[in-house]
Amino acid sequence: MNQKQLLMYITQVSFALDDTVLFLDTHPCDKEALEYYHKVKELRENAVRRYTEEFGPLTKDTNESTCTWEWVHSPWPWE
Amino acid sequence: MWNYERRLQYPVNITRCNPQAAQIIISQYGGPDGEMGASMRYLSQRYSMKNKTVVGTLTDIGTEELAHLEIVAAIVHQLTRNLTPEEIKASGFDKYYVDHTLAIWPQAAGGIPFNACEFQSKGDTITDLYEDMAAEQKARTTYDNILRLIKDPEICDPIRYLREREIVHFQRFGESLRRVQDDLDSRNFYAFNGQIDTKNC
Repeated sequence: MNQKQLLMYITQVSFALDDTVLFLDTHPCDKEALEYYHKVKELRENAVRRYTEEFGPLTKDTNESTCTWEWVHSPWPWE
Repeated sequence: MWNYERRLQYPVNITRCNPQAAQIIISQYGGPDGEMGASMRYLSQRYSMKNKTVVGTLTDIGTEELAHLEIVAAIVHQLTRNLTPEEIKASGFDKYYVDHTLAIWPQAAGGIPFNACEFQSKGDTITDLYEDMAAEQKARTTYDNILRLIKDPEICDPIRYLREREIVHFQRFGESLRRVQDDLDSRNFYAFNGQIDTKNC
């Protein structure tokens, strides 16, 4: 996956997580939803880790480089 | 605290300028039923809300509304970037441009600035949840109105997504209301001040 494809994948699994979180807020005892939460949470964690390693930080605390400040150089999402 | 993530919750890729559409859509940034009021409403209501599961829902939906605020801003920005003075004059965007150039500023489509009087944080569980459900419906209606006025698929795609989220949020607030009512005296569902009159509701 290139940068754009990986970011789109992150957008998709993150949205699955956002929506599942809202469902669990009002259905906290739903086992199936909780299982799905753990599944998409892991998919998101792996994808975000891969994105950070290959293309730079998505959050301000994941600037992996010790010699360049990448946070301000990556494109902003509305560009 | 909040942590910014450098991506939109739903992608916005608009290639054609349309300042008329931008002037309509900016209402969902700072208008009476816009995303700014939505986020401020839910996040502000949390502190007096006694029911912990409702606080969770208010936090998570209030946070998602901030992501929607960014989506609406991205739409307006992409619809107005690289405009020429001639295009600005011809489209009627000049009245916004004279005060804000091509920056994003929270206002309604009619030019009225964002105002906290557009939402309530009342400190009463039932009152606040009905306010929240009404807010989601009002925002959904506004997105329906936008979709009646705008036909460009590049604009309609993220607008449809935002409209769908209003429906999901309405559902979650409805479930929150039902959960709260399960804990109430069934003969007194609608006249109950959870925060003031009891320790836990």
